[in-house]
Amino acid sequence: MSAPVEAKDVAALGATMRTKHPTRPDPSVAMGEPLLQVRDLRVAYGGIKALKGIDLEVRRGEVVALIGANGAGKTTTLKSIARLLPVASGTITFAGKNLATMTPEALVGAGVSLAPEGRAIFPNLTVLENLELGAYLHRDATAMRETIEDVTRLFPRLGERMKQEGGTLSGGEQQMLAIGRALMARPTMLLLDEPSLGIAPKLVQQIFAAIRAIAAAGVTILVVEQNTKVALSASHRGYVLRTGEIALSGNAKELLQNPEIQKAYLGG
Amino acid sequence: MRVLDALITGLAQGAMIALIALGYTMVYGVLKLINFAHSEIFMMSAFIGLFLITMLGGTEHPLLAGVGGTLMAMVAAALIGMLVERIAYRPLRNRGKSSLVRVTPLVTALGMSVLLQNLAQLMFTARNRSYPQLLTGSLSLGPLSVGTSRVVILLTAVVVMVVLELIVKRTWFGKAMRALSANEEAARLMGINTSRVISATFALGSSLAALGSVLFCLDQSPVHPSLGLVVGTRAFVAAVLGGIGSITGAMLGGLLIGVLGELLKLTSFSGGTDIPAFLVLIVVLLVRPAGLLGSARAEKV
Ligand SMILES: Nc1ncnc2c1ncn2[C@@H]1O[C@H](COP(=O)(O)OP(=O)(O)OP(=O)(O)O)[C@@H](O)[C@H]1O
Ligand SMILES: [Mg+2]
Repeated sequence: MSAPVEAKDVAALGATMRTKHPTRPDPSVAMGEPLLQVRDLRVAYGGIKALKGIDLEVRRGEVVALIGANGAGKTTTLKSIARLLPVASGTITFAGKNLATMTPEALVGAGVSLAPEGRAIFPNLTVLENLELGAYLHRDATAMRETIEDVTRLFPRLGERMKQEGGTLSGGEQQMLAIGRALMARPTMLLLDEPSLGIAPKLVQQIFAAIRAIAAAGVTILVVEQNTKVALSASHRGYVLRTGEIALSGNAKELLQNPEIQKAYLGG
Repeated sequence: MRVLDALITGLAQGAMIALIALGYTMVYGVLKLINFAHSEIFMMSAFIGLFLITMLGGTEHPLLAGVGGTLMAMVAAALIGMLVERIAYRPLRNRGKSSLVRVTPLVTALGMSVLLQNLAQLMFTARNRSYPQLLTGSLSLGPLSVGTSRVVILLTAVVVMVVLELIVKRTWFGKAMRALSANEEAARLMGINTSRVISATFALGSSLAALGSVLFCLDQSPVHPSLGLVVGTRAFVAAVLGGIGSITGAMLGGLLIGVLGELLKLTSFSGGTDIPAFLVLIVVLLVRPAGLLGSARAEKV
């Protein structure tokens, strides 16, 4: 069996990961400068307002958690950024580019990869084929080989299952595959929608250790979670979404200590 | 001996049906749509093939006319297939998912089929036209004497299916096609240009149908505007029988329908091959609703 990733290994693992895109130049955004900016984002399903004007910002190199209860609008936010939903009003900019006019398939090329809610892996393709498809746009053989190695180091369980059909993996393994597949594109920024969904606590720890390692490698991350404690513990900053509005935001450590959050989301 | 003979003829028939069935199944895979116009593309390719083969010298240059005519007909069919997709199906798709009721594309597909059939009647008239006899004679395999055309059909089909399997399994296009079949949204998140993959799928499916149609006509001769209806139905049954969306299923379904049809000719049954084919289909679907090799999982997505 594969040993869980130890916390002390995380930084070392991150340091060995190769994240540079083979052709796309690095965006001209310095570490710590705003990379993704969402302004007054409004999204509605028919008449139902799912997002009532939210602002959020992710700086380069940060891990930011977007937390909230069921139906708060977390997935809606990520899907709008990923261009899978039409935006009613507001702006979304990434590295100075306006994302609102892009198609979802162009987004990967711009450097943003989404590991969607429910994993959405390709069930009848093998684990290896799923990973390869993550590199569909650049198809760089060296980059593919390197990232497959890196992903196997992050998630040893995937390495043992390369020839297996994706649909036969356990939920936790599918989540690992979804993250690995997103990494194959060599993204500047990773969007993760509830990576802990339906996964045993031990595996959740492993997956979040991997997320820390990916961040240590320099990839900027916006992670959506209901598992507040785990998500905030792995993040620099957090936003709390409540029925389509940002209710709270701030430093992750401070949010963890916030009595309101402890009461509402941490069961204490 | 008669059984063996019927078996070989049936396999040749079935291989040809399978070539058409592949188009139905691949398009269904990427669009979840039965492209009823596919059988008409098959029929039109038969006419186009006939003209091209005649133009290239027919029986005077059998090799050039046969191979050249077939390849050119495949290209023409690919263009027609992409055109049909472009003008009939893509506008519906671009209107977005919410308004895309499942029935609209289906009606469009039926309409496109009728349109193409009428167009063929106008352009080619309803009379039968004969293909030149390019593949005459027979080969003796031990005690068996098999028509050259049957051997050519069978060999071509086997080669094409192997190549297709390689395309689907090994190439980026094949992987994109399978990804799109499994989960459109996830495919787009990989950066796959779904419109281009769909277009290429129509081109591939249509060119295979053209190959099937030219081979069929070289073997059985007459071409007429209702050819698509007759043979297309059989191919459609084969695709559903094998499991719509499954490429191996379409191959298997085609071969089964072909062999079944020929074996039936040995009995005193005289109701044509379509009724038994449908009976087999109904029985199979009762036991395995997704078809022989179809996965219920692919449907779920
Ligand atoms: N396709 C849809 N049609 C109509 N309403 C929708 C649709 N998708 C989401 N909604 C509604 O929008 C709101 C926000 O949904 P969203 O999926 O963004 O929530 P979430 O925060 O991701 O929740 P969860 O934690 O359960 O995944 C909910 O009230 C939901 O019912
Ligand atoms: Mg959600």
